[in-house]
Amino acid sequence: MSWYYIEGILIQCGYVLMVVLGLSLLTGFTGLFSFGHAGFMAIGAYVAAISTAKWGLPFFPALLLGGIAAGLVGAGLGSLTLNLKGDYFCIATLGFGEAVRLILENWEYVGGARGISGIPWKTDITSVLIACTAGTLGLMALIRSRHGRSIIAIREDELAAQMSGIDTFRYKMIALIFSAVYAGIGGGLLAHYMTYIQPKMFQMVKSTEYTIIVIFGGLGSITGSIIGTLILTFLPELLRTLNNWRLVIYGLAVIVMMVIRPRGLMGGVELGDLFRLPARKRAARLAEQRLKSMNGGDAGKGAQR
Amino acid sequence: MKREGGEVLKLEHVTKQFGGLTAVGDVTFDIREGEIFGLIGPNGAGKTTIFNLINGVYALSAGKILFYGKTIGAGAAEGKKALQLKPFRIAQMGITRTFQNIRLFKNLTVYDNVLIACHRSANYGLFEPLLRLKGTRFVKQEKALKHKAEELLDLMGLAFYRDVVSVNLPYGLQRKLEIARALALSPKLLLLDEPAAGMNPEETDSLMQMIRSIRDDFHLTVLIIEHHMDLIMGVCDRIHVLNFGKSLLEGTPGQVQNSPAVIEAYLGVQDGERCAVKEGEQ
Repeated sequence: MSWYYIEGILIQCGYVLMVVLGLSLLTGFTGLFSFGHAGFMAIGAYVAAISTAKWGLPFFPALLLGGIAAGLVGAGLGSLTLNLKGDYFCIATLGFGEAVRLILENWEYVGGARGISGIPWKTDITSVLIACTAGTLGLMALIRSRHGRSIIAIREDELAAQMSGIDTFRYKMIALIFSAVYAGIGGGLLAHYMTYIQPKMFQMVKSTEYTIIVIFGGLGSITGSIIGTLILTFLPELLRTLNNWRLVIYGLAVIVMMVIRPRGLMGGVELGDLFRLPARKRAARLAEQRLKSMNGGDAGKGAQR
Repeated sequence: MKREGGEVLKLEHVTKQFGGLTAVGDVTFDIREGEIFGLIGPNGAGKTTIFNLINGVYALSAGKILFYGKTIGAGAAEGKKALQLKPFRIAQMGITRTFQNIRLFKNLTVYDNVLIACHRSANYGLFEPLLRLKGTRFVKQEKALKHKAEELLDLMGLAFYRDVVSVNLPYGLQRKLEIARALALSPKLLLLDEPAAGMNPEETDSLMQMIRSIRDDFHLTVLIIEHHMDLIMGVCDRIHVLNFGKSLLEGTPGQVQNSPAVIEAYLGVQDGERCAVKEGEQ
């Protein structure tokens, strides 16, 4: 394998990771499943592509513009659908993703089904690295704050979160908007790597693929999302020689993973925890031992009575 | 020790209907500052419904609920529109609760459970966490939050179990943790929904002491729903008895214990004709 080829896959990992990080916030930390993230990605990709190709904007502002556009659409979608419970929200996002694709397919200004071509080739390993580093650090900062903890509380028990004075609607909205911004930037990176985009690239299958990566990596773990992205982007490429069988193996890998580790690769654990854990784990184990011995004592008392 | 004070919570003719069923009908009572107030009644009397009305989970059909003189919920009446504050807003104003069937953040540690609920002690903005430098508002407030959470765990005797995932705690400690989480918001009124459910007599006893001590330490007013008569009679200053959604009686534990009406509501009377249960069904 040449470096050129590997670099290509790494860039692909980069823009996929941006979408996956966003989805990780929404699905992994907030507990809302989305099957419409390809829609946000499409909005980001189209807005960024039009900004550079038609309006002559520089690359980075165009990326940001794409992200903001996706975020605004996310805010609109959220205000309509975030009151829906669980599965119903999920179905609404599915409809949203398909709607975006169909609108793009029938809108002549953005090229209809042919899409946009002649987008300047701007996405390289550096820009992808910058975006992903900023994205990861930003997400980490959010999660490790009162806002992030409130978001996690929603995932754990929405009613209890409300009773703890957490404005659950507001935090679900924040998670959805941030998530959409990430997906939009991911889409912008994709557009400026492929140099052409068409609605077909943003089908529902794409949305599912990103959800699979988040679950594969483990819900509630940024580290897991990164590792999941790397594995599940490289795997189909490494298996290219097997032609059509590679998709079967991809599917098998995901199933095996779910059987062996139902909580995903990292399931709620971050890389930093692995270093911090030993002391914590020891304290927890000690406490659990004491609990066990106490239960034993209680049982004894019960027998006496 | 009972501190007489002003009204903390006032329910005025509170009514809640689910379709044609009146779960709570015309209930009026008030709770004074520093009091431990008991709400009892047979199954289906509407106790938990009243909790949910106070919390804002349900909207009132009629009547009014005031918290320190401010209306937090009111049914539509006399040309006035219905008013209902959101549950999180009511919690932020100072009414927190525990649940009949414990609702912890199960997969998180004891510490995280409390830390999440401490969030009101900080007010840094959404983007401030990006800058993690010494001396910023974010770092200072975050440190204070963590300190508060640790302190609360110490006070509640949970510090040793800090890193245990909360679902692994035994029942009694889960109850305690839920109370600790409710206290993290520095409430003025604490609602306890059957705190002694599933506890043995010794655990109930220590729970009674704990309720009294948190009332004194945190300067709280407490409203308890409970079936455990030992606990209710031992700890409450005043008791309000409900039956089929209606107020039956209000008084001190002594008055309630000796009231024929209460005994009838719980046990029925021997002559089948005036059986309270049958009356309600008709």
